[in-house]
Amino acid sequence: MSDTTAQAATKSRPWRQRIDLPVVTAFGCIVILLAIGSLYSPNFLSPEYLLQQLKVGAFLGVIATGMMLVILLGQIDLSVPWTVTLGAMMASAAVSWGPAGEVFAIPFGVLCGIAIGLVNGIGVAYLRIPSMIITLAVNAVAQGLMVAYTGGFAPQDSASAAMKVLAAQSTFGVPHAVLVWVVVGALAVFMLTRTTFGRAVYGIGNKEVAAYLSGVPTQRVVMIAFALCGGLAAFGGVLLAGYAGKAAQSMGDAYLLPAIAAVVLGGTSILGGRGSYLGTVAGVILITLLQSILSVMQIAEFGRQIIYGVVIIGMLLLYGRSGKVSS
Amino acid sequence: MKDWRFWFNEQRGTLLALAIFIVMFGFYVLNHPAGFTANVVQTAANKGVLLALVAMAQTFVVLTAGIDLSVGMVFILCNCLASYVIVGSPLMVAGGVLAVVLTGAVCGAVNAAIVILGRLQPIVATIASGAVFFGVALWLRPFPGSDPTFSSDLADALTGKVFGVIPASLIFLAATVVLIWIPFRRSVSGRTVYAAGSSEVAAFMSGMPIRRAKFLAYVLSGVFASFAGLYLTFFTYSGEASAANGNTYTLYSIAAVVLGGVSLFGGRGSAIGAIFGALAFRAIGDLLFVFEIDPLWQPLFQGIVLLLAVSVGAARLFQVRNRLDLFG
Amino acid sequence: MTETTPLFRLEGISKRYGGVRALENADLTVEAGRVHAILGENGAGKSTLIKVIAGVVQPDEGRMLLDGREISFRDPAAANAAGIVCIFQELSLIPDLSVADNIIASDPPTRFGMIDRRAQRRLAEDALARAGGVDIHPAALVKDLPLSRRQIIEIAKALARKPRLLILDEATSALTAADVKTVFEVLKRLRSEGIALLYISHRMHEIAELADDCTVFRNGRKIATYRAGTKSDNEVVEMMIGREYHHVFPSKPEPKPATGAPVLEVRNLGWAPRLNGVSLTARAGEVVGLGGLDGQGQRELLLALFGVLRGISGEVLIDGKPRRISSPRAAKDDDIGMALIPEDRKTEGLMLPMSVRDNLSFAAMSHLSKGGIIDPGAERRAIDEMIQLLAIKTDGTAVPAGSLSGGNQQKVVIAKWLMREPRIILLNDPTRGIDVGTKQEIYALLRRLADAGAAIVLYSTDYDELIGCCDKVLVMYDGAIKRTLTGAEITERALIASALNIDVAEAGPAPALA
Repeated sequence: MSDTTAQAATKSRPWRQRIDLPVVTAFGCIVILLAIGSLYSPNFLSPEYLLQQLKVGAFLGVIATGMMLVILLGQIDLSVPWTVTLGAMMASAAVSWGPAGEVFAIPFGVLCGIAIGLVNGIGVAYLRIPSMIITLAVNAVAQGLMVAYTGGFAPQDSASAAMKVLAAQSTFGVPHAVLVWVVVGALAVFMLTRTTFGRAVYGIGNKEVAAYLSGVPTQRVVMIAFALCGGLAAFGGVLLAGYAGKAAQSMGDAYLLPAIAAVVLGGTSILGGRGSYLGTVAGVILITLLQSILSVMQIAEFGRQIIYGVVIIGMLLLYGRSGKVSS
Repeated sequence: MKDWRFWFNEQRGTLLALAIFIVMFGFYVLNHPAGFTANVVQTAANKGVLLALVAMAQTFVVLTAGIDLSVGMVFILCNCLASYVIVGSPLMVAGGVLAVVLTGAVCGAVNAAIVILGRLQPIVATIASGAVFFGVALWLRPFPGSDPTFSSDLADALTGKVFGVIPASLIFLAATVVLIWIPFRRSVSGRTVYAAGSSEVAAFMSGMPIRRAKFLAYVLSGVFASFAGLYLTFFTYSGEASAANGNTYTLYSIAAVVLGGVSLFGGRGSAIGAIFGALAFRAIGDLLFVFEIDPLWQPLFQGIVLLLAVSVGAARLFQVRNRLDLFG
Repeated sequence: MTETTPLFRLEGISKRYGGVRALENADLTVEAGRVHAILGENGAGKSTLIKVIAGVVQPDEGRMLLDGREISFRDPAAANAAGIVCIFQELSLIPDLSVADNIIASDPPTRFGMIDRRAQRRLAEDALARAGGVDIHPAALVKDLPLSRRQIIEIAKALARKPRLLILDEATSALTAADVKTVFEVLKRLRSEGIALLYISHRMHEIAELADDCTVFRNGRKIATYRAGTKSDNEVVEMMIGREYHHVFPSKPEPKPATGAPVLEVRNLGWAPRLNGVSLTARAGEVVGLGGLDGQGQRELLLALFGVLRGISGEVLIDGKPRRISSPRAAKDDDIGMALIPEDRKTEGLMLPMSVRDNLSFAAMSHLSKGGIIDPGAERRAIDEMIQLLAIKTDGTAVPAGSLSGGNQQKVVIAKWLMREPRIILLNDPTRGIDVGTKQEIYALLRRLADAGAAIVLYSTDYDELIGCCDKVLVMYDGAIKRTLTGAEITERALIASALNIDVAEAGPAPALA
């Protein structure tokens, strides 16, 4: 009796278990934001405007994908700002090395990001330094490297043609950046749901001891996840450089808080182990729309910062509370 | 064993920070073209005092085994506020100073409420609250600027020299230690902060007032960040809502705290150590200067020092014999 | 009343945790100036009793009387205020604070709002002197002191609270013989000062030396109270044994002559100070039990075999070949084929918020995937098979593992390892806190697995289980195997006697051991 129900359930998991409350809430908020926006401007609901928002969101989406991976582990990556910048600068730098550099610009930028992520990963997984601390330190080192490399000025190298095609151009009205995000997202969903690595990530985020005692190479998984996060942050930087035509100092600073916020608002637990990529997509769109509406409503930067902070704390209080410590 | 040896053992981190600072500063002064003069010391003190105050602010929270990533933003917010309210008669200036300090305390209390009552992880909670504090700073000072009626008397007094020799900023630091840090350290709340950071369960079992003590630690953290904000205003006579500056100070405060022998796992270290940690960290830049290394390398050097400092704690891993303890 | 009122009395105290009754109608009388020892085997209700008295948990029924007046405690602080202080097994000291700070942790003397360190130090020195720790410097940091000194500080900390009733729970388990002597002198002096002492220990000779009165608990009930020295060890063991319920155990095969090479062989395994020279063998088809009182190194032994502990000495042989197992990942590898059902299913065995499906296939991923990509068909088939094999009652495989009953959670933990078809199965008290029906299913399963050729090492705190399930029981004491019982020698009497490390004349059907 019980086995037949079990069999039936394995075949089709009921919807209510796949869609959790935060994701529904996030999508609900998106609808509300769109409604509010359309009151201000009628072309808020036009396909062009929405595609434009998706394009802007795509950069954050790529960066947030890596951040989500790390947060699923119950960790955090605060080195994202300068990893983004480093990816952008290194990819652009490769261009200036001639035709070969032009070809290798994107992989080189991403590889540099992976290297940064590996340092984070080794620190967290093998040296067991709290992730927020080691990633802060690595962020400082990445900044130091880039400042020393550029001399503190805006770098003169411009993005490669491929970077510009990927980030700034469109085909049949569909921005390539959106397609890139779709591909990255599809790979992320596949990795999280269909690979042993993805299962291990969720397992470690839920209970690292249990994952370790199940014979999962927890340290290696954590290290790889940080490397992927670094790689994706750098890739985001590469796209941003392609979008703007060149890299800039501190270009990544504006992406740390939104990336964390997008992941958390999408229902991924800041303590790890719980969350779906769909939620992160919702979170990214939500953040992007929020930014857009705040600027349409002509709310100044200070207002955006305050609203950001308040929204994140509010959502965290709803979903992200840790259990009572004592007794 | 003699009493002083136990004292020595307890203060090991602080003394080590002092030693590092003396070596680095000595090196700097010996190689400085002007040598050991009151002016060189004053410049160094004024450069170090901001980071020292922010690092002290960070210390209070780190001792509870938490971390405050908004400390730099509180610092910036207080700077922006101070650039408006330090005006007019001495009485008005005093009121302005009080307002700035109160603002810092409120910021600390907000963090405390989110972390203690809301039971959020300090790291994410303070990133988010930092955004709010920065937003308020930006609202106060959308563009860098100053008030034409800025009252510079107090500023000049607190950044100058006393008796023409001792930098006033050092005296201010010493005063905060004597009037705030030491009483805190010796109060029941102060001891509870150490206990909670060391072992929250044991502190609970011992019936110590954990919540009250943690709250006080966050509030004092805000107060010290406001002191730093005031001092920045005293140097510049103006306010600037610079996110980069705030983030840099947050980051460097962690570095200074670690260099100062305060354990990031809580319960160990002192604000005095953090002061020396901050001064030593500042001395890195000075050393690069006297050795005529391109100042562009300074952020990298500071980053590497920070990376090494946080990696030192990993040494304890080699003592772990039951791997399950690693996951605690 | 003209007769002296006892200092402290418990009347009809009962306490349940969920469906499990931990204390049933327990009575206890503690008198001032006497040492009262509590005896009982694992799960007899000793620790619940202490928790009730110390205000950590509240009883469901019954009343407590102090000086003849009824009292109740909201929390440990309230009990302390009433003069009842407990020294728990897990130390409550703060490692980064000084000895004096720890002893006067709550309510230090203050001057002008600051702690009066001189006065505090005097108080700490007094307390240390009374606790027999004059050699401990009050300014030393607790974390720099060895475990035995910390125990003295715990006692000093308790004394600084001016107790009238002092409870010591296994207070000597971390101490060396010399330290035990010191502590005993202190306790005897406290007794002469009129303090009542409640002493919980499993060391019979300590109780013989110290106790004035003894009370034996079994299954959460008080069995008897007697003056110390009026019962022989034999009689005491007699009172501790005899469980009320008996499970149905699958029939054991006739003891086979030990043939064939052992699958698992351990030679002189050490992990100071918890394991000292453990040697054992487990053959295919054999269920080897680990007995003894809780905390004698059984857990460490299983963890050491599974590659969790660092710095172990000795040899582990798999199929007669020496192997270095450095991680659970190495242990579960198919050429070793080991599985560990860990002690705490909620934190070590399962990821409770994750689905039953994800939990079941978590350890066996390498069998269910190719190139890191999961084969959903293979996974589903394997999971359905396991759910049927173990009759796991679950509302589908997508529900969180945490929503299952305790027994079914434990089945999931076992099933997740059976998916790998392990040859060596280590179990750490797998039936603790689960219902009788599931227990019996697990017993039957273990026997089936053994019959199918697995070597099983089962640690259990339930002696019935060792008697009913095991072909051979190794009784551990202080990190070493003190006695090996086989076949008909495995009796409750023999198990308890060897667990307490005392010799009791064998009265059972088995021939007496030399």
